[in-house]
Amino acid sequence: MSDKSGFDPKRRSFLGAMAAAAGVTLAPGVILYGISRSSPATAKAAGAEASSAVRWGMLIDLGRCDNGCDDCVSACAEENGLRGFGRPETDAQWIRKVEIKNPQTGNSKSLPVMCQHCEDPPCVDVCPTGASFKRADGIVLVNKHTCIGCRYCMMACPYKARSFVHEALEDQKPHAPRGKGTVESCTLCVHRIDDNRQPACVEACSDTGGGAMLFGDLNDPDSEISRRVAKYASQQIRADLGLNPGIRYRNL
Amino acid sequence: MKQITYSELKGNSGAFYTLAAILAVFMLSALACAFYMEHHGHHVTGMSNQIVWGTPHVFAIFLIVAASGALNVASIGSVFGKPLYKPLGRLSGLLAIALLVGGLVVLVLDLGRPDRLIVAMTHYNFKSIFAWNIFLYVGFMLIVAVYLWLQMERRMNRHAKKAGLVAFVWRLVLTTGTGSIFGFLVAREAYDSAIMAPLFVAMSFSFGLAVYILILLAAYRGSERDIGDTVIRKLSRLLGVFVAAVLYFTAVQHLASLYAAEHIGVERFILMDGGIYTLLFWLGQVVVGGILPMILVFRPPTAGSSRNAVLASILVIVGGFAQVYVIVIGGQAYPLDLFPGMEVSSSFQDGMISGYAPSLPEIGLGLGGVALAGLIVLFGLKLLRFLPVSLANAAIDPHHK
Amino acid sequence: MRLCRTCTGLLALMLIGVSALTGVVSAGESDIAGNALLPVIPPGAGDTCVEDTAFMRRNHMELLKHQRDETLLKGVRSEQYSLKECLSCHAVYGPDAIAVTVANPAHFCRSCHDYAAVSIDCFQCHASRPEVE
Repeated sequence: MSDKSGFDPKRRSFLGAMAAAAGVTLAPGVILYGISRSSPATAKAAGAEASSAVRWGMLIDLGRCDNGCDDCVSACAEENGLRGFGRPETDAQWIRKVEIKNPQTGNSKSLPVMCQHCEDPPCVDVCPTGASFKRADGIVLVNKHTCIGCRYCMMACPYKARSFVHEALEDQKPHAPRGKGTVESCTLCVHRIDDNRQPACVEACSDTGGGAMLFGDLNDPDSEISRRVAKYASQQIRADLGLNPGIRYRNL
Repeated sequence: MKQITYSELKGNSGAFYTLAAILAVFMLSALACAFYMEHHGHHVTGMSNQIVWGTPHVFAIFLIVAASGALNVASIGSVFGKPLYKPLGRLSGLLAIALLVGGLVVLVLDLGRPDRLIVAMTHYNFKSIFAWNIFLYVGFMLIVAVYLWLQMERRMNRHAKKAGLVAFVWRLVLTTGTGSIFGFLVAREAYDSAIMAPLFVAMSFSFGLAVYILILLAAYRGSERDIGDTVIRKLSRLLGVFVAAVLYFTAVQHLASLYAAEHIGVERFILMDGGIYTLLFWLGQVVVGGILPMILVFRPPTAGSSRNAVLASILVIVGGFAQVYVIVIGGQAYPLDLFPGMEVSSSFQDGMISGYAPSLPEIGLGLGGVALAGLIVLFGLKLLRFLPVSLANAAIDPHHK
Repeated sequence: MRLCRTCTGLLALMLIGVSALTGVVSAGESDIAGNALLPVIPPGAGDTCVEDTAFMRRNHMELLKHQRDETLLKGVRSEQYSLKECLSCHAVYGPDAIAVTVANPAHFCRSCHDYAAVSIDCFQCHASRPEVE
């Protein structure tokens, strides 16, 4: 019931209440979006060692991963100087988009697969010289000073994450050394992480891709990634092997 | 026990030096192949990010497995005390070392960074069965060298039995280790099985004895020494038993795997759909390497002749190569199963059977390892007294009238 | 046996000559544009290196070997431990003002390593110059 002169206090308070409700609904999303784009929670000083208090991981939301998009792959290649030689069978790939289709239901998806940075990596177990190792903060790397190029880690990896460098390389990126005769794989952009930045694939996905990839410290209960994996169901690829990879997938 | 006289190969025949020259040519070409691969990078070979271990590894694994099996003959003489095998022990030790060196050289030269061999010898990750194998291989060579010395130095002969026991146990551990290189790989469906270790032990018995028989008969024919049919018959029948053991373990491996629904894919690949791998398995491994040699050595009219022993040994070796090829390369050709039950594809060859064709540098390198083993045997026989002067029935058989 | 005067003279001349040569050689070590037999080592940019020159000449390999483990295995990346920093100060620029790679004999590391005939393994994997934009 309104007064014919135009002013209706109930309408004003209703509009006010709606505005407040809208603000309260949108604000967390804006804040969360801002947090997801910010640097990892734990800052690391340049001279400090990597610490096992931290465990780096990724959460990839396949609901937002587009079949045709491979921004993460191009970003990785650009960042790490992965130049193909037109030989797909021997060219290195640190991350790739895998298309999977369920033959019974016809449902298909695509997802980025890279080194899963397992907690209990089989590649580290089998390396005869100990060149394949896990850093204190959970990143699995190849120590190319010690790698003899036997490729046993490539046999052992259940995710086909590793590549062998089949030809002599020149003009490598200074932050990503790689050379003929050694084995390599995704480093989780360790040079960026140590500089408090995000891996190149995650950054590319947020900038131009679907915003599917989230990077953070799984050991920090307040980090965005920890909160999300606690809230939403996520899976690991081949979880049955008991390797506890640091890369988790949502909507797999 | 009759006194056995040993002697080195005498004379300066042209055939000896021609053979040495041929082996040397193969060895030098292997070095050239290794340099070519190392200089240009492995893209010049058939190996890729999918088929990670190729023809050099097939040769190397065959040689290493045969090496540990070649020592069997000496073990039967020393450890199990069979008098007929005692004269055969010295050649057995020489062959074991020669084959192992040949295999290891191929393995080392195929490394991505063979210049880092010193790194490999000084940095060990003891969780890795590969690292253990390096110790086992080097230790094997030292133990067999000591064992040979104890056999050849008559004053030390009484200690040979203890060394023989150590060598026997060591070689079982070594071959178990070699089989476990594959058996410990949880990731690959074709390998992840405890039976790889005993399968490799059985393979070593079979391949090692086949190579031994060939070398023994070749050496005796070449140096015009007598060899009686007692020795040939005994060795041939033993080969038949070992071949049967390999067939048994192969059967158990595949039957157990077929029972698990999750392994149906890889089993169908090896046993039915795998093209070259299926052919090599059934025709190469089972028929040529298994059934035919057994017929040759067990059927009465054919058993005991040197011609059939040679033929059976060659068939076993051919079948053995086929078996190692199917294991090493066939096992890698089948894709990893990241998403069970799903159809998978990617730009990194996920979800597809990987193709592989042996390339010339790889084959050259592998053959060079065989040639090196041959050269070591050839010059060993020429320089030291490994061969009994006569293996005629009258000379060695204690029951011979 | 006493030497004759001619022999004494010749001996004295030889001794003087040898000591002069030694003097020239040892002077040449600190003289960059000096003796053609010795390597010409381009000076680095900036004021100081990680340690003084004599220390670096003797021990740079130990530093590299030790510090690479600190960086790779433990993640320590301060300036002193960074090969990138070494290369950015010691970059040698070609006529086109672009830093040369190790394929060029003028590269800083090669200027001495070629002379000493010690092969360098680092640049199979590491970039031998700062990133070219």
